[in-house]
Amino acid sequence: MKPAAFDYAAPDSLAAALALKAAHGDEAKFLAGGQSLIPAMNFRLVQAALLVDVNRVPGLDGVSVAADGGLRLGAMVRQRALERHPLVARHAPLLFEAMPFVAHPQIRNRGTLGGSLAHADPAAELPVIALALDAALRVQSAAGERWLPAGEFFLGLLTTALTPDEMLVEVALPPLPPRTGTAFQEFARRRGDYALLGVAVVLTLGPDDVCTAARLVYLNAGDGPLAAPEAAAMLVGHRPTPEAFVAAADHAAQHEIAPTGNVHATPDYQRHLARVLTRRALTAALERARQSATGSTA
Amino acid sequence: MSAHSISLTVNGQVYTRTVEPRLLLSDFLRHDLGLSGTHVGCEHGVCGACTILFDGQPARACLTLAVQADGRALTTVEGLAADAKHLHPLQQAFWDAHGLQCGFCTPGFLMTLVPFLEENPNPTEAEIREAISGNLCRCTGYQNIVAAVKLAAERRAGAVTS
Repeated sequence: MKPAAFDYAAPDSLAAALALKAAHGDEAKFLAGGQSLIPAMNFRLVQAALLVDVNRVPGLDGVSVAADGGLRLGAMVRQRALERHPLVARHAPLLFEAMPFVAHPQIRNRGTLGGSLAHADPAAELPVIALALDAALRVQSAAGERWLPAGEFFLGLLTTALTPDEMLVEVALPPLPPRTGTAFQEFARRRGDYALLGVAVVLTLGPDDVCTAARLVYLNAGDGPLAAPEAAAMLVGHRPTPEAFVAAADHAAQHEIAPTGNVHATPDYQRHLARVLTRRALTAALERARQSATGSTA
Repeated sequence: MSAHSISLTVNGQVYTRTVEPRLLLSDFLRHDLGLSGTHVGCEHGVCGACTILFDGQPARACLTLAVQADGRALTTVEGLAADAKHLHPLQQAFWDAHGLQCGFCTPGFLMTLVPFLEENPNPTEAEIREAISGNLCRCTGYQNIVAAVKLAAERRAGAVTS
């Protein structure tokens, strides 16, 4: 229950941090909040020759509104800060709603947005929210930078598109279209524990309340944040009804998610949770879409 | 592996020590500084027994490296009581409401709840239970811990109004 030996560096600039990672590649790991990395190292599931602590790198914890009305979030923003930030509440209500479900307050005080995304745990909330909101992720290396859509960032179990010399530095959330409602639901045995299953929903209404766009993304239902595009497509082009929500929830639960079960829940039970939570989330998102005149409120 | 010199403040006192990078903050506090009030339970962030204040915010000492505390200010359970004869009001409430049996988890609960009560001096039972969701107690079943928090909040409100 103690980590194996490693070297440690705490550079005070992003350039220095990226240079270290470029030099050491897979042998080095970035240390952000450490709330997933340190336990994995304590268990010796992870060993690193070098930890590059980026907590002293300035400028990575900004929260601001972009010109397009979306949000720009630094990778090192603490989860506790997101949970309480008025700009997050106003511009990313789905993220705001999900934050209290991310582990416990003591963990959120240290844990970061970028750390959770780069860790890519299928049971984590933040990758699901990033995919549901179609976030764009800015990754940087000593050689330059590139933007990746969330859909291309998450590659599977604890795996992302980051190359060994790259670091996730910023997350851009696009503004929600007008008349869009969002909702997040999850079920855990104890508040703050990893959920047995969860779902994020984004629903947009057009003229005459016809659904023009929908996204359903699941947590702990596969080897990463898992989208259910078929169920979402069943909703588009129709006026949402309770019956349509039941049909979409059933389809996602039966045909699109791939829960593997664990000590607390069988795959059948996870599918049951998917049906129930999807219906609840769709119902809440629809209500919020109807109340929403513009894209920037829930 | 390399050793690093760190300087930090714990309960108002400055300490300078040399540490290996892999030394956990929980072990540093207990073994290097002799502050054994911070307890070590699961060592993977689940039980909350090692909760301390890191720059004023509750955090798991077992999920932090000692070397990361360089230049930081920490508070441990030893820093709560004003002196040997006067417990912190929340400690006194735990005593009076029987909020502990074996006491192993108590330091973690206290370090979680002291800042919680400062932010939210009059919490509901639901808020208290959510606040302690990251701390495990295997003796009391939480009933008396919740009662202790309520008692501390009532006494504080009484002290403010009287």
